[in-house]
Amino acid sequence: MNELLERLSIARGVAGHEGEVRAILREHLAPHVDEIAVDSIGNLIARKGGPQNSPGQRVLLAAHMDEVGAIVMRCNPDGTVKFRSIGGLDPRILPGKRVRIGADAVPGVIMRAPHAARAGSRVAPIADLLIDTGGAGEIQPGDMITFESDYEQFGRLLKGKAFDDRVGCYILAQLLQEDFPCQLVGAFTVQEEIGLRGARVAAYAVEPDLAVALEGTVADDLPREEDISPTTELGKGPAISVMDRSAHADRRLVRILTQTADAHNIPYQIKQPGVGGTDVGAIHLARSGVPSVAVAVPCRYIHTPAALMDPADVENTIELMKHALAGSLARPLEAAGSEK
Amino acid sequence: MTDYARPAETDLFILLKELSETPGVSGREQTIRAAVAAHLGPLVDEMRVDTMGNLVGLKRGKSPPTGRAMLAAHMDEIGLIITRLDRGFLRFAAVGGVDLAALPAQEVTVHALEDLPGLIASRPPHVLTPEEREKPFTQKQLFIDVGLPAGELAQTVSVGDFVSVRRSVEKMAKGRACGKALDNRVSIVVLLAALRLLQGRSHHWDIYAAITVQEEIGLRGATTAAFDLEPDLGIALDVTFAEQPGATPEESFPLGSGPAIGLGPNLHPKLRALLVDSAERNEIPYTDEVLPGHSGTDAWAMQVSQCGIPTALISVPVRNMHTPAETVALKDIERSARLLAEAVCDLPDDLAALALDHEDGGHE
Repeated sequence: MNELLERLSIARGVAGHEGEVRAILREHLAPHVDEIAVDSIGNLIARKGGPQNSPGQRVLLAAHMDEVGAIVMRCNPDGTVKFRSIGGLDPRILPGKRVRIGADAVPGVIMRAPHAARAGSRVAPIADLLIDTGGAGEIQPGDMITFESDYEQFGRLLKGKAFDDRVGCYILAQLLQEDFPCQLVGAFTVQEEIGLRGARVAAYAVEPDLAVALEGTVADDLPREEDISPTTELGKGPAISVMDRSAHADRRLVRILTQTADAHNIPYQIKQPGVGGTDVGAIHLARSGVPSVAVAVPCRYIHTPAALMDPADVENTIELMKHALAGSLARPLEAAGSEK
Repeated sequence: MTDYARPAETDLFILLKELSETPGVSGREQTIRAAVAAHLGPLVDEMRVDTMGNLVGLKRGKSPPTGRAMLAAHMDEIGLIITRLDRGFLRFAAVGGVDLAALPAQEVTVHALEDLPGLIASRPPHVLTPEEREKPFTQKQLFIDVGLPAGELAQTVSVGDFVSVRRSVEKMAKGRACGKALDNRVSIVVLLAALRLLQGRSHHWDIYAAITVQEEIGLRGATTAAFDLEPDLGIALDVTFAEQPGATPEESFPLGSGPAIGLGPNLHPKLRALLVDSAERNEIPYTDEVLPGHSGTDAWAMQVSQCGIPTALISVPVRNMHTPAETVALKDIERSARLLAEAVCDLPDDLAALALDHEDGGHE
């Protein structure tokens, strides 16, 4: 749908190796923002709206740059590589997948023992898996490993790796190109997948009045026998988190978002409570606490080489955020505790 | 075509890439058959497609020929077939011995009214219980997602549409190639490369190159092709397990160790000895593959066709068998092709040379 989204999806960056993603965003945003800088842990912080002349409050929008992947533990003399995951990888989807290793993007495949010689009743843990490279290139322990997957259209949907959370980075980059009646601080954070570590530092430094995390989140809308919640569904609009494993959303922000969506006929959905976590988990606990909420694009098959998302959900998330930032999000919240 | 003393690995790679990336699930081989025919046609004197869909090329030997040799390599690959459209998703069944563990998150092509890119869908671990996450996926938990809404899906996809794995062949270090369907496109490359080598050589036997169908679902193409051709001997070309973690050393062969020559009740001892002799005289590295029973190849069907056919087996080692990450050493393809070409030229002038008489075969 968009060249920037494609570049962000293809860029390789697991936690601790976000440089390529950061460079793309920095180059893209520099002409559009007042200030852009990289902090000590690697977050890219972009600011719009001078604190002197703007009466608006400071709004932090956060999207994380890192993707799930793996790291080289040991290189064997036969060209195989022992690895561990960085962030949550499902060991059941790994066998046979193609990966790229290290700065030189050395190709490899995750090996699978032959059908003649396995029991098959057990999921092989990641510690038992090997990547086969044939002994190519310069691979060192500590090199990052990423999935290899093209960005392309599947039917009406978009397919690619790392939509969690490059779609959030894309949405945030779009928002930073607009003007809003508030101080807008865009934090492209690092190390979300290993414990929201970049967001914690960014939220402390930015000291925002309120925060919104922009995410790609779990859609679990495959057919099944029992009727249980799909977490989120593709095509039903941005997913607003009320509660996940990392945080309870600020109810005032949830209400601002749902009212804004209703007022502008933007579809939205409330994400099934209890599933997943976002940078909000770190941001809402920064300093004395920050009112925060997460808004996410539903993605099927996140944390695999090939996630799917609906481009309409991406557009609707951008629209919702634009209207919210032009309206109630730019004004001080009513006092905490006064909400019904 | 150049009269290669040794087929260049680059040429072999280009051919393997083309044939691997062309779809041909067992029972729906027309696309791969057309691709193979384009390469086979110029190398043989006659070519036809038989009732089952096997592609058979005849390269004539001297006139009259000493005998008829059938060289068989199957063209079909394992895959999937659509069994049901379910609320915008596709349910499927396996065609052949698909490794379920390598399917989740794998991209596929659904051969519907048009070819649709899709992927194997499963529920994310985020929403599963710890116990559920420990269990391998079962067939019922997997779907194909092509990104179309239910209504559009029903207009394009039908129950019975075939599905192939979507994976390009890429070069790896040490002259290796990795991709899907190397079982058995590798052997088609071996056969085509051997036929190229034979363009400049004289051989006394008529050579029937049989590119067979439906091997993965029960050696069906080879069964009728062997009956139809009624050869005096047969050589099956397939792949075997390469050395890797999880493979037993006695049943797997290092990548780069050359062709594995089958040894066991499925294989004719004198024809096998002829292959070994050709390898040794031409200094072609090879290994012995001991097969205690069913070889799992076209050789099993060919051996008992009509009154019985002396049959041998040349296999190329492949890693990660029946997954999208099958891996081969290109030099094993080159060596297998040379072995096959040399063996064809070394076939005996007298059919009686293959007779299993008591005098010289009693100790076997």
